[in-house]
Amino acid sequence: MADYHWPPADKRSLIGKRISRIDGPWKSSGRAKYSFDINRPGMLYGKMVLSEQAHAKIEAIDTSDAEKMPGVRGVVLILEAGAEVMWVGQEIAAIAADTEEQSRDAVRAVKVKYTPLPFLAQEVEPSKAGTFTKVTGEVKAGDPDTAFKTADVIHEGMYGVPVITHCCLESHGQVIEWVGDKMQFWASTQSVSGVGGDLAGALTKKGLNITAANIEVITPVMGGGFGSKFQSDTWGLACAQLAKKTGKAVKMLLERDQELMVAGARPSMHSKVRVAAMKDGTLTAWDSETWGTNGTAAAAPPQLPYVIVPPNRRTAYTAVLTNMGPTRAWRAPNHPQLCAITLCALDDLADKLGMDPVDFLKKNLVLANKDRAPDYATELDKASELMDWKTKWHPRGDKTPGHIKRGVGVSLHTWGGGGHQSNCQCVIQPDGSVTVSLGTQDLGVGTRTVVTLIAAETMGLPLDGVNANIGDSHLPPSGGSGGSTTIGGVSSSTRRAATNALNLLLDKVAPSLNATADQLEAVGGRIQVQGDPSRGMDWKSACAKLAGTPITATGQTTRDLMSSGVGGVQMAEVSVDIETGIVRVEKMVAVQDCGLVMDLKTAESQVYGALIMGVGYALYEEKLMDQQTGKHLNPNMEFYKLAGINDVGELVCHFMTGPGYDERGPIGLGEPPTVSPGAVLSNAVANAIGVRVPELPLTPAHVLGALKLV
Amino acid sequence: MSKSDKTHENEIESKRSDDKKALGRRAFVKLVGGTSVAVTAAGVLASDALLPQQAEAAAPDAAPANGKVLGPGAVAITLRVNGEEKKLSVEPRVTLLDALRDRLDMTGAKRVCDRGTCGACTMIVNGKAVYSCTVLAIEAAQSHADIQTIEGLAPEGQLHPVSQAFVDNDGQQCGFCTPGFVMAAKAYLDGHPHPIYDEVKAALGGNLCRCGTYMGVRRAVVQAGGGGPVPGTPQGAA
Repeated sequence: MADYHWPPADKRSLIGKRISRIDGPWKSSGRAKYSFDINRPGMLYGKMVLSEQAHAKIEAIDTSDAEKMPGVRGVVLILEAGAEVMWVGQEIAAIAADTEEQSRDAVRAVKVKYTPLPFLAQEVEPSKAGTFTKVTGEVKAGDPDTAFKTADVIHEGMYGVPVITHCCLESHGQVIEWVGDKMQFWASTQSVSGVGGDLAGALTKKGLNITAANIEVITPVMGGGFGSKFQSDTWGLACAQLAKKTGKAVKMLLERDQELMVAGARPSMHSKVRVAAMKDGTLTAWDSETWGTNGTAAAAPPQLPYVIVPPNRRTAYTAVLTNMGPTRAWRAPNHPQLCAITLCALDDLADKLGMDPVDFLKKNLVLANKDRAPDYATELDKASELMDWKTKWHPRGDKTPGHIKRGVGVSLHTWGGGGHQSNCQCVIQPDGSVTVSLGTQDLGVGTRTVVTLIAAETMGLPLDGVNANIGDSHLPPSGGSGGSTTIGGVSSSTRRAATNALNLLLDKVAPSLNATADQLEAVGGRIQVQGDPSRGMDWKSACAKLAGTPITATGQTTRDLMSSGVGGVQMAEVSVDIETGIVRVEKMVAVQDCGLVMDLKTAESQVYGALIMGVGYALYEEKLMDQQTGKHLNPNMEFYKLAGINDVGELVCHFMTGPGYDERGPIGLGEPPTVSPGAVLSNAVANAIGVRVPELPLTPAHVLGALKLV
Repeated sequence: MSKSDKTHENEIESKRSDDKKALGRRAFVKLVGGTSVAVTAAGVLASDALLPQQAEAAAPDAAPANGKVLGPGAVAITLRVNGEEKKLSVEPRVTLLDALRDRLDMTGAKRVCDRGTCGACTMIVNGKAVYSCTVLAIEAAQSHADIQTIEGLAPEGQLHPVSQAFVDNDGQQCGFCTPGFVMAAKAYLDGHPHPIYDEVKAALGGNLCRCGTYMGVRRAVVQAGGGGPVPGTPQGAA
C-alpha cells in the first residue's frame, strides 16, 4: 500500500525537479483563452459610467440619451440618485451595446448631476488631514521609556511606502451568459470555487434569484491578480444584470484607466521611528508613530516592528481617510510596508552603531520568532556568500571618486503560507489514463503543473500520464488563491486523492501478482512487488484489471502534509548616479525557504517575479493623486511605471532545501519574496549615497531630495 | 524623467528607428500629421498612398490621392492576416487589435495599456514588430499590410521554436503578456538571428510584464537564437 507521506529525496522522480509548466505551450502559442478572450455568439460589450467626483451626492442620473444611441441594448444603474460617490472612478451605471465603440459612446452620453462634498484625495500626514483621520490607539509593551533612557545609541528617522496599484495585465472583469436559469461566468478570478456564490448572493439581493450551484465559473487561465481578484465586484453584478436584461452574453472587462483607478491598490504606510540599542548592538526598544491610508476605511493598526521585535515598544497609528479609491490585498498584505519601515530603521541604527548590518541582524535574531531564527542565520550566511557581501559592503557612503556610487543592502522577511481547504478527485480509467480534478485556479504560479506532477509522482507515472482538470467551479471545491495558501492545499489534497486511487488499484492487481496490496509499489510506470521488481506489470496492464470500471477516489487537505511559516533573506547591490538621482539595480539575491519545493522551475520563476515586482514598487510605482480635481493622475502604463526588462540587474535565487526543510512539506511562496525588495533596495541606496531616502519609490526626485540637491 | 523612462524610450526608439515600413506609433503620427490620412469629424480621408515610406516621399501638402471619405459608420475592409484574406466590417476608428480580437476572434494578441506602451498587442506587420493598438484596421487594410499574428506562427498542436523557447525557459507566468513578447522576439530574431544575452534586453524593452518573467524571457530569446552564454543560469541539484 502506498502511504501519504512525501517521498524521500532518493525516491522522487518529479517532485523538486525543474519541470516546465504544462500549460506553457498553450500560453506561448497565443491559444490560451482568458476571460478577456471569450467571444460568444451575439455577445454584447459592457462599459461603465464612472464618477467624475471624488466625493459627491448624486442628484440625478439621466441615461435617456444613451439608451437611444446606436447599438445600445441595455442599461443598468449601479447607484441611484441620492447615493454618495466616494472616489473618482466609482461605478455608477453600466451599458451593453453591440460593439465596444458604441458602448463607449453611450457611456459618454449619460448625464450625472452631482452636489460636490468635501474630500481628501491626496494623502497627507495626519496633522494636515483635518477631519480625515481616525486615531486607532496606542500599544505598549515592556518599558520603552526606561529603555530609551538607558540606551547607548538612539536613532530617529522617517520611512514611508506610498499607495501602489496592482495593475493586472488582464484587467478585472468577466463574460457572463445566462442559459435558462443557469449561468456561465468566465471570471478573471483568484477564487474559482468561491466567486460564483459571491455573485449569486449579490444577484439574489437584486431580485434575480440564482443559486451558487447554478453558476459555472470557468477560468482555465487568468491574467494576474496579486490579491485583487476574489470578489464578483460591482462589474460582475452589473454584467450579470445586463446579460439577463438583454438575453445575450455580455463581456465587460475594465478599461486600463479604470483598472488602475479602482481595481486594486495597496495601502500606504509612513512612520516616524525611534529605535534604541546598547553599544554591543543589542536592540532594546522601538517607538513608532505611524499613519497611512486604506481609502475611506481605516485599516487595522500595523504590527510594528517586523520580524525583529525588541521587548520594549510603543506603537501608535492614525488612519488617514482618503477618497483615492478602494484598496485590496496586495501580495503579502502589509508585510512589504512593515518590512521597509522596520528593516530600514534597523539599518540606520546599525550604521549609527558602526556595525555591518548583517552582523547587527544576526546579533538580534534572538528577538525573532524562535522557530525561524536559526533559518535566518543560515540564510544570512548563504545570501552573503551569493552577494559576496564581505567584499562589497562598506560603511555608509561610497567614498570612491566619481558620481556613480555603489552600495549593498540586506533585509529579511517572513510569511505563513499554510494550505487552504482543498478537495481533489482522482480517476484511474481502465485504459490507464489518470485525471485529477480540483476547483482551483492557476494564476500563473504553476498550480496546474504541480497537481499534475504530484499525481504522476504518486502513481510512478511520467508527467504526461496524468491530466489535470482545474479552473471550473463544477469541480471539487478548492480555496481561493490568496496568502500563498494554494500550494499547501492542493498538494495535500492531490497527494491523498492519488494515493487513495492507487491503493484501490493495488487491491485489484495484488491477486494476479500473488501478493497483498501492501507489498506493492508503483514506480517507473509499473506496479510491482517491493524489493522484487520481476513480479510486476506495466501500468496499462494493471489498469486493464479494472474490467471496465474506473476507480474514483477523493482527497482533502490535511495538516500532516504541509506546514506554515517561512523565512527569507534578500540582498541588493545598486549603483546610484548622484548627479541625476537615477538608481540602477546591479544584482539581487533572494534566499528563501518554503518547505518542500514541488517544481523548482516555477518556484524560481515566482521568486524572480517577486524581485522584479519589488524593483517596480521600490523604484517606480506610486499612485499619484491630484487634490484639486480628486483624480488619479497616472492611471495608465506610461506614467504608472512597471519595471521593464532593462531595469532589473542580475537576479540570483536560492532555495533552502533538503533535511530540515523538505520534511515540512510544501509551504506557500507567492508572498514572502515580494516582502523585502523595498527595504533591501532602500538600504543599498543608503549604503551607496550615505544618506537615507525616506520615502519609496527611490525616484530621482526622492534621491536628489535626500542628497539635498533639489 | 527617470532612468526607466529613458531606457524605455531609448529602447522603443531603437526598436522603431530602422522601422521604415512599420505602422507603429511614430509612423502613424507621421502619417496623420503628414498627408495621406486625415481624421475629420466626418470620418477618415482615405488614400491609396498609405505606406509610411510612400507618405514620407510625398510632398507635405499633397492632397489625398482619391479624397474618398470613410466612416463614421462601419466600412467593409479586407485584412491580410497570416496570409489569408479576411473580410470584415469596422468603423474607421477601430484599431487593428480590436478588429482582430472583437471581429475575427483572433485573441492571441492582448489589449492591456491600449496606448502603445506595454507591447501585449504586438503583431508583425510588413516584417516589423508593431503595437497593433496604435494601428487603425482600415489603415492596415488600405495599405494591404502583411499582418502576422501569433496564431499564424505554427499550426494548432505545434509550437514555433520561439514559443517553445518560452516554455523551456519559463518565460511566462500568467501568460497574458506572453504572446506580445513572443511576437516581439520573433520579429527581432528575424533580423538578428543570433543575439547575445545583453542585446535581448534592448530588443524587448518595449514589452512589459507584471508577473516579472524577464529572466526566462531573456534566456528564451537567446535559446531561440541558437544559444550563446546566459549568465545566472539556474544552479543546484535537479
